[in-house]
Amino acid sequence: MSTPLPAAETERADARSQVVNDFSIQVATVNGSGSQTANLVLLRSIFQMGVPVSGKNLFPSNIAGLPTWYTIRANHRGYISRKKEIDFLVAMNPESAKEDVVSLEPGRVVVYDEPLKLNALRNDLVFYPVPFDKIVAEVCSDAKLRRLVKNMIYDGVLSELLSIEIGEMEKALAKQLGKKPKAMALNMGALEAGKKFAAEHLEKRHPYRITRMNKTAGQILVEGNAAAAMGCMFAGVTVVAWYPITPSSSLPETLIGYMRKYRMDRETGKATFAIVQAEDEIAALGMVVGASWAGARAMTSTSGPGISLMSEFAGLAYYAEVPAVVFDIQRVGPSTGLPTRTAQGDLLFVAVNSHGDTRHVMLLPASVQECYEMAMEAFDLAERLQTIVFVMSDLDLGMNTWMARPFPYPEAPLDRGKVLDEAKLREINASWGRYKDIDGDGIPWRTLPGTNMPAFFTRGSGHNEMAVYTERADDYVRNVDRLARKFDTARTIVPAPVVDRDATAKIGLIAFGSSHWAVEEARDQLREESGLRTSYLRLRAYPFTPAVDEFIRQHDRVYVVEQNRDAQMLSLLLMDGEAQFANRLRSVLHYNGLPIDARSVSDDILEQEGLRPARHKDTAPPANQPQDQRTYE
Amino acid sequence: MSDAPVTAKRTNRLGLDVTSYRGSKTTLCAGCGHNAISERIIDAFFEMGVDPKRVLKLSGIGCSSKSPAYFLNPSHGFNSVHGRMPSVATGAVLANRSMQAIGVSGDGDTGAIGIGQFVHLMRRNLPLIYIIEDNGCYGLTKGQFSPTADLGSRAKNGVVNDLPPIDTCALAIELGASFVARSFSGDKKQLLSVLKAAISHRGTSMIDVISPCVTFNDHDGSTKSYSYVKDHDEPLGEISFIPYFEDITVEYEPGSTTAVRMYDGSQLLLRKVAEDYNPSDKVAAIRVLHETARRGEFATGILYIEPDKDDFVESLNLVDTPLAFLPTDRVRPPKAVLDEIMESLR
Repeated sequence: MSTPLPAAETERADARSQVVNDFSIQVATVNGSGSQTANLVLLRSIFQMGVPVSGKNLFPSNIAGLPTWYTIRANHRGYISRKKEIDFLVAMNPESAKEDVVSLEPGRVVVYDEPLKLNALRNDLVFYPVPFDKIVAEVCSDAKLRRLVKNMIYDGVLSELLSIEIGEMEKALAKQLGKKPKAMALNMGALEAGKKFAAEHLEKRHPYRITRMNKTAGQILVEGNAAAAMGCMFAGVTVVAWYPITPSSSLPETLIGYMRKYRMDRETGKATFAIVQAEDEIAALGMVVGASWAGARAMTSTSGPGISLMSEFAGLAYYAEVPAVVFDIQRVGPSTGLPTRTAQGDLLFVAVNSHGDTRHVMLLPASVQECYEMAMEAFDLAERLQTIVFVMSDLDLGMNTWMARPFPYPEAPLDRGKVLDEAKLREINASWGRYKDIDGDGIPWRTLPGTNMPAFFTRGSGHNEMAVYTERADDYVRNVDRLARKFDTARTIVPAPVVDRDATAKIGLIAFGSSHWAVEEARDQLREESGLRTSYLRLRAYPFTPAVDEFIRQHDRVYVVEQNRDAQMLSLLLMDGEAQFANRLRSVLHYNGLPIDARSVSDDILEQEGLRPARHKDTAPPANQPQDQRTYE
Repeated sequence: MSDAPVTAKRTNRLGLDVTSYRGSKTTLCAGCGHNAISERIIDAFFEMGVDPKRVLKLSGIGCSSKSPAYFLNPSHGFNSVHGRMPSVATGAVLANRSMQAIGVSGDGDTGAIGIGQFVHLMRRNLPLIYIIEDNGCYGLTKGQFSPTADLGSRAKNGVVNDLPPIDTCALAIELGASFVARSFSGDKKQLLSVLKAAISHRGTSMIDVISPCVTFNDHDGSTKSYSYVKDHDEPLGEISFIPYFEDITVEYEPGSTTAVRMYDGSQLLLRKVAEDYNPSDKVAAIRVLHETARRGEFATGILYIEPDKDDFVESLNLVDTPLAFLPTDRVRPPKAVLDEIMESLR
């Protein structure tokens, strides 16, 4: 290897020495072959052994037949972003196998389906051929089930080769299959057959091992979309309207499951919620706006193309001041883009979504816990500010499996915002007008239909403080200026950024959302490998709080790390920030559809700092980044 | 006459007089059919004794959609987005099932930009009075044809419409609306009866009201002009509506009249003109629509009615309390639930 070994991986210097709890596994299968159970068993059994782990599904927009990869990273230090290099490949897919093998770094390991004869491709890798068809035929008499059961055999092989305890695999399998004794027996048979084959036929010639730790005790494994669904339920959502779209669908679908289980009225058995699969995203947001206007807590969930359709209603919600909560589980686009790949590409589009002068509140969850908590905050903010609030998650956060501490039960009561009642009406009496700024924070008082409070007529066209139609110049200006004031109020109540300042650092990093984990690891890489100290500000919301400008002022150079091509967050910082500091801002951009990794971030910063020769981005990819370059049509 | 006694204002069963049902001054053209419809809506809600504070008024965009500002001032109203009234109404009704909702749309708002939402609202049978103020053209943008303009109808500038119309009533019947009617803004009596029956109905009441545009579509050659509609209006029969709160018995000759018991107990009496007119038969209703259309006529009246069909609120099995007003302890599960979920994820 020509580049110096990263600090965290020095243990690998000698292939004979052990690399314990610090490597990546990639399982390459065919989409639709039922490998998800086997992959989750693998992930969960490592987790159950106390080793920090993360799992990422790199899948095509297809139901069956195209290549799909599942990458698992085990890391004793707790790094859970994607690892760029693959250490241990399980090659089950004839279509991608050759390219998968060719792209590995020397010394890495390949478990493969024997007939693929992959060992002929390279002589600098460790190869373990496994006759999957032969083994599966012995343990599964039903030919139709063999394709599925085959996957458990590689779990068995890995149990032996990587010292993953089979007892933990059994436990993990039981978690997946639940009370299905027949399926359990069949899969356990396959697991054991795989392990037995490896023990008898494969001589271990690789350094990777899992050994028991205690770093996951009490923790949970969950996807961001499920966490957000929980947040919505505990936020007391009552109306949900949605339209299917990857990678968002699992949020409402998980929510339906929770609500049917936990939100049926105890006495009557009736639903304390309405969930509607709408005819499109326009209708989905329309229903949310109608429901919120009538006083319900309402939400929808979508991805970029859905936001496009929602734009007109987003503008109405902003201008007519109707609360709404929208989850944007971002994916790669324009257009259909790469619908099953991750990105942070909707920031600019959402921040000013709709025509005319419009600004929207965006929340930026970085973890599954924040998906849960920000779901609740989003409803409070939407009702407090009487506006539409977007929760900007992404495919990586939403659909992949993440470790987390158990979520805390919400202590704060729901904030239902400024809703006029008898007492308040008496207090302000004649001075009430639907769009009148009585408190000086830009937020007016609203009334709900059916509460016997004064009615008003909501409209997207020009209106004065009394909600009466007007096209008067002064009325229009007064109203939109108040909306700008309201946005300034938002600035003071949205989640504040998390700042980790190193007083000696001249360099600052700004990141948000799912990039957080790669950035944390990249900071360690920069410090440990290059002696470069950095401060870090993690944005949690738009509009930005004053802490952001302050952070930029405190550093000579500030790198904004984001997962899009056009430096969208940096653009928002330039739009809203102090202009004299604009030249301090730099970009670290990652936008190939794969979850961002630490090495890409630290390498990019070192290059821009002149501490590492620049890569030639236009030439062939270096051997260590094959996953990022391949394409399949 | 100066010495005439001051008569007490007529009040309804809630003790409200008609002014409680009026709206702001109309800004539509003088003589616009839509204003006549607003008047009938005022009359219907007044006579039925509906509390205007228990009503939601919704609309899309267009001349028609301005009109909710011109009736029921004490009601909350929402003039939403072009073609999207159905979704806003759906959300609002789900949030508060205890309200009576009335949505006003136009033929462009429903038949063109909003046809998708119209279709799905009818499918769901949302409890909503859905009125199309149908003049066959776009008024606010100055007279372009809408999808309900008849084939061969002539625009003010001489252009001839070369596409067949969408029959919103036939569509609504086909899609599952449980009360479908067509009326004419100039037929006060019929429209009032239809609206009162719609107020008594549970589920979607889809009422297409032909409402001539006096400014852009009231000339010779137009099939939506006053004179044309008047000459070609083909009422299916006489409609008598007897509200549940009025103790009236009507005698009628058996076989000549169909009596329908509404959800709220009111009675609808439909005296037949056509021999085989049966308002509970979808196929017959669609046949009548086709046959009259072929003759260049408008069949008006209650075309189809299914008083006991489950509406969307029923099919979602919602609690009786409006979702909007459920207290926290009914919408935020206890800590034990979170603990149980956390345990399942360990």
